[in-house]
Amino acid sequence: MIYMDYNATTPCDKRVVEEMTPFFSGRFGNPSSIYTLARDAYKAIEQARGRLAKLLDCNTNEIFFTSGGTEADNWALVSSAFGLRNKGKHIITSSIEHHAVLHTCQFLEKVGYEVLYLPVDKYGVVDVDVLKQSIRNDTILVSVMAANNEIGTIQPIREIADIVKSKGVYFHTDAVQVTGKTPFSVKEMGVDMASFSCHKLYGPKGVGALYVRKGVTLPPFLHGGGQERRKRAGTENVAGIVGLGKAAEIAVSEMAEEEAKIRALRDRLEQGVRENIPEIIVNGHPEQRLSNTLNFCVKAVEGEAMLLHLDLDGICASSGSACTSGSLEPSHVLIAIGIPEIMLHSSLRFSLGKHNTEGDVDRVLEALPNIVEKLRRMSPLWQ
Amino acid sequence: MDYTEKVYDHLKNPRNMGKIEDADGEGTVGSPVCGDVMKIYIKVKDNIIEDVKFETFGCGAAIATSSVLTELVKGKTIEDAEKITNKDVIAVLGGLPPVKMHCSVLAESGLKSAIADYKGKQDNDRKRQGG
Repeated sequence: MIYMDYNATTPCDKRVVEEMTPFFSGRFGNPSSIYTLARDAYKAIEQARGRLAKLLDCNTNEIFFTSGGTEADNWALVSSAFGLRNKGKHIITSSIEHHAVLHTCQFLEKVGYEVLYLPVDKYGVVDVDVLKQSIRNDTILVSVMAANNEIGTIQPIREIADIVKSKGVYFHTDAVQVTGKTPFSVKEMGVDMASFSCHKLYGPKGVGALYVRKGVTLPPFLHGGGQERRKRAGTENVAGIVGLGKAAEIAVSEMAEEEAKIRALRDRLEQGVRENIPEIIVNGHPEQRLSNTLNFCVKAVEGEAMLLHLDLDGICASSGSACTSGSLEPSHVLIAIGIPEIMLHSSLRFSLGKHNTEGDVDRVLEALPNIVEKLRRMSPLWQ
Repeated sequence: MDYTEKVYDHLKNPRNMGKIEDADGEGTVGSPVCGDVMKIYIKVKDNIIEDVKFETFGCGAAIATSSVLTELVKGKTIEDAEKITNKDVIAVLGGLPPVKMHCSVLAESGLKSAIADYKGKQDNDRKRQGG
């Protein structure tokens, strides 16, 4: 099997699993209890916090563990909106956010908030001028993702943060896709809040974190026990958090090397696709793009049909086609970057990771042109 | 989402795929904007559908339902072909995921559209012959 869907999820690194395993049965204590067994679990969580702080370049007391990126996004948005409701009810985000942000904003609209969805250019980069003009006295939060999951475009986060903060407004970024792929320092970027997920960086599913800069007031989202310094109730997912810590530690030491290797493989794939498949459009920014992501539209062929054939050849990839999402709507990201309607159902995404090889890339380049040719022969849209 | 083995079979080896250049009836349904377009060609002799072909731009379910439809239609009289519904197509495939049910409706309407085209041409021929 050739797995090229690392933006969807990644396999756990063996070293992560090894480090997590004792915490399921032997070292099972509740970190809130007082005895030695419990203090052991508490210390393990704090060690993980330290490791993640190193990856994100922040202080340990600015990290709050969550059940994943989605909870972190919901928390940042809903609690900011609630906490600042007396200051204003205006929120700004981008039109290409992950659904964890987009659908949360739509929920906030339903309960009386006004949300502006910033347009993006053809590469998926947020229009900074529109942002500048759109911040009002009653704007309480701006949320723009660091890198897009579908097309990989990286936003000018530092520039956006400077604009937003000069107006005295909080800035949140969904940093789920950049983490572990390329260095991302919350301090250097100047963000107030940032969401992270563990299963995108060779760790387990069901655990993530929200970075909240010291000095930012954010009410809790989950209420109950006093965990996470009374900010996030619920007995900690100790094993998951330990896994997150280990995954972060591995990322710190190996990310640079992996990134260079993965970028070379992705470029080889992109070049091969351009040379061997006529009439394609590559999506996303040519340079400011995640080093592992290749998204393109294939004229006159539907995305799911390509994925099923790839799967029959043992290749795992993804598509922004409506038919693969369970809804009937095509990708909002491809719509936002202005892909013609006729091509919206024809996208493919390959997202590479550290286990891919040149051989994998070559196998994909062997299989895909034949699949496209077969489906084009069948297609009434192909002349 | 889970497709049956039968869907994969038709996906791998689509039956009756292609064009009929001198078709007696042609029907195009769907829209590229919605993500599927299906074209059905029929060749009719003595009221029997002697040959049928399809071209489909669409997902796995759209391709499999087109392919099954052509198998069901071949050799049938126009009247019997008109009785074929999306339920018959789904039955052959052993079911479709709920979100994909609409694809099977496309196959049924593609066939209906091709038959309507055939009948229209017949009427025109008769009128012309009737002078």
